[in-house]
Amino acid sequence: MRPFTYERADSAAGAAKAAAETPGARFLAGGTNLLDLMKLEIERPQHLVDVGRLPLAEIAETADGGLRIGAMATNSAAASDRRVRTRYPVLTQALVAGASAQLRNKATIGGNLMQRTRCPYFYDPAKPCNKRDPGAGCSALEGDARGNAILGASDACVATHPSDMAVALSALGATVETVAPAGEIRTLGIDDVHRLPGKAPQIETNLAPGELVTAVVLPPPPEGRQEYRKVRDRASYAGGLFSLALAGERLALGAVALKPWRATRAEAALAGGASPAEAAEAEIGAAHPGHRNAFKITLARRVIAAALEGTPYP
Amino acid sequence: MDMPVRAAARASFEITVNGERRRIEADLRTTLLDLLREHLGLTGTKKGCDHGQCGACTVLVEGRRINACLSLAIMHEGQSVTTIEGVGLPGNLHPLQAAFLEHDAFQCGYCTPGQICSALGMLAEVEHGEPSQVTRDLAAEAVPLTDEEIRERMSGNICRCSAYPQILEAIRDAAGAAA
Repeated sequence: MRPFTYERADSAAGAAKAAAETPGARFLAGGTNLLDLMKLEIERPQHLVDVGRLPLAEIAETADGGLRIGAMATNSAAASDRRVRTRYPVLTQALVAGASAQLRNKATIGGNLMQRTRCPYFYDPAKPCNKRDPGAGCSALEGDARGNAILGASDACVATHPSDMAVALSALGATVETVAPAGEIRTLGIDDVHRLPGKAPQIETNLAPGELVTAVVLPPPPEGRQEYRKVRDRASYAGGLFSLALAGERLALGAVALKPWRATRAEAALAGGASPAEAAEAEIGAAHPGHRNAFKITLARRVIAAALEGTPYP
Repeated sequence: MDMPVRAAARASFEITVNGERRRIEADLRTTLLDLLREHLGLTGTKKGCDHGQCGACTVLVEGRRINACLSLAIMHEGQSVTTIEGVGLPGNLHPLQAAFLEHDAFQCGYCTPGQICSALGMLAEVEHGEPSQVTRDLAAEAVPLTDEEIRERMSGNICRCSAYPQILEAIRDAAGAAA
């Protein structure tokens, strides 16, 4: 691990200001992703602003009947909250489908959104990667990365976003609250937080340097069924090959793109009376297979159709 | 204590380990795992992968299980850590440790301290009614401690000797749960 300096923030605005003013600063919350990457020297922060003890762990009702989950709530705490479990079961299901219990006890809601891809070439400093080293090239394009994106990828990057939680948030239409270095509060729709790679895959979110996620806000729960389905190489403690979150009439897909993929085309098809298979086709028809991951297109079609049909799962 | 703003590359803080308050002076980069093993001589907690994948380093912080390898020691200033040495020692074993012996729930034993600390944390989570991905009824107050629940909840602890059936039996037995 490279050397760094450390401070423990005592306010969200102070943390944002410190992170913006200190060269090479990064926020540290649970640390489960950042410290892993620091050990590999893929992340090389010169300064850590520890936001883990900020009073941002509360989960509270909002005036309109929604729920505000503080960014420092752990994944376990959010998944176990009675209001989340009963009113937003798709969120609990997505959270407990991710990582291990030990990691969920440490990882935070804010950190979950800001975690980085698990593309094996991003994790291998011996291989070129445009995320690590812009302009170096993408090893995954012709590599053995069967988890590659099938939607929204570019010649610069075919990685996927690893969060299960963010897929559920997209289906639920959540918003994300942040505080910027100058102290102003900003609200972004969940689908506006992460970026597709384009020519600059090293820029992963629409947050400014030093902007800190302070909360995730859920609107009132939608009418209708909620469900998270995740397909992967083993039954537990593995990243998804494909996942989906269904919340009423909204559908979002995971492990297909560098952001949680809101399936608006499938939603529109369903609204127009399409069958589950037709709705799946409406979304996945635009997918592009990469090197060795064409199976994900078949998988996505089948899992979407099965979920919309209501076929029992798992 | 107050952390100096923009602390230098070394950290000075207090942490409670197995009920004993310890004063620490260490490189900021010291993980909780290395602190326990190398600074405090508590080598019961094991380093397997050092990347949060194997669970050998599982300890309890404020009663909750975490991977000690993916945490900086300084992040735990003022907190209370329990390692396998604090769970029970020869002559005074915790019932879960005794159950691991009884059921032969290991071969090489390297993952065992992490398995036991993890199981302790897991049983507390079940006691609190926290759901897992195999919990059928998310609205229920109580979670049944079925074999399926134990297996799922222990998936963050790898045993390369593959003593999983015996680990399951030991946990089930110690928890007094019906299969």
